[in-house]
Amino acid sequence: MDSLVNYLLVSSILFSLGLYGVVTRRNGVAVLMSIELILNAANINFLAFARFGGMNMTGHIYALFVIVLAAAEAAVALAIIINIFNNFNTINIDDVSELKQ
Amino acid sequence: MSDIAFWVIVGITVGSAFMVVQSKSLLYSAYALLFTFIGVTGLYIFLWADFLAVVQVVVYVGGILVLIIFGIMLTNKITSVNISHTSMQKSMGAIVVIAFIGLLGFMILSTPWLVLPNAEPSDTTSAIGRLLLIDYLLPFEAVSLLLLGALIGATTLSRKDS
Repeated sequence: MDSLVNYLLVSSILFSLGLYGVVTRRNGVAVLMSIELILNAANINFLAFARFGGMNMTGHIYALFVIVLAAAEAAVALAIIINIFNNFNTINIDDVSELKQ
Repeated sequence: MSDIAFWVIVGITVGSAFMVVQSKSLLYSAYALLFTFIGVTGLYIFLWADFLAVVQVVVYVGGILVLIIFGIMLTNKITSVNISHTSMQKSMGAIVVIAFIGLLGFMILSTPWLVLPNAEPSDTTSAIGRLLLIDYLLPFEAVSLLLLGALIGATTLSRKDS
């Protein structure tokens, strides 16, 4: 358990699952959840390299920034999705291809 | 003992992440995302990142997940009991993603990683605070401005036109 490779493998599996969700899901909220998975995978990588690079704190700072950006992204993306739902009555992102109704 | 705990946490994380992208019901996806976040928190604790683990619980579980569930509730009609969503091009996506996992795994396993001998685990909060207010003061302020802008923008976007 105490090896860098384990953490990197777990984070690459999480990243790939998030990628699969982004590619196959057609619901805006589901795509957003998959993006959160990808961000979490990146954070695990940051912290694993910080821990096995001699407890270098810079990785922690960047992981903190990623969490802040994820919060901002979730707020704005959900506002956009709710607007899309009000305008188009669907959140299937394939149906939303017009600039103007 | 901690070996078993580690693999249990890894199993919870990966299994519920699979549920997130595979489940038919959008609400089940959101609940599975809760377990993924908690599993990732456990991994953070194994990586000696105590402060980040607490931030993960507070921000992701307490903030982002609640936002997402609100988003699900607000974008579905109350009459449609079955909040479902479809996936498309599953097989193509699965092939591409499995190839991608293979590539990443091969790269990870074949690279000779340089691992430094690490110090004793200590609390990270004071070190993070010192770094944030000395070395990373400008990015810290930029991120707080961005957060303010994003929140104001989200409020403006989701407001009904008057």
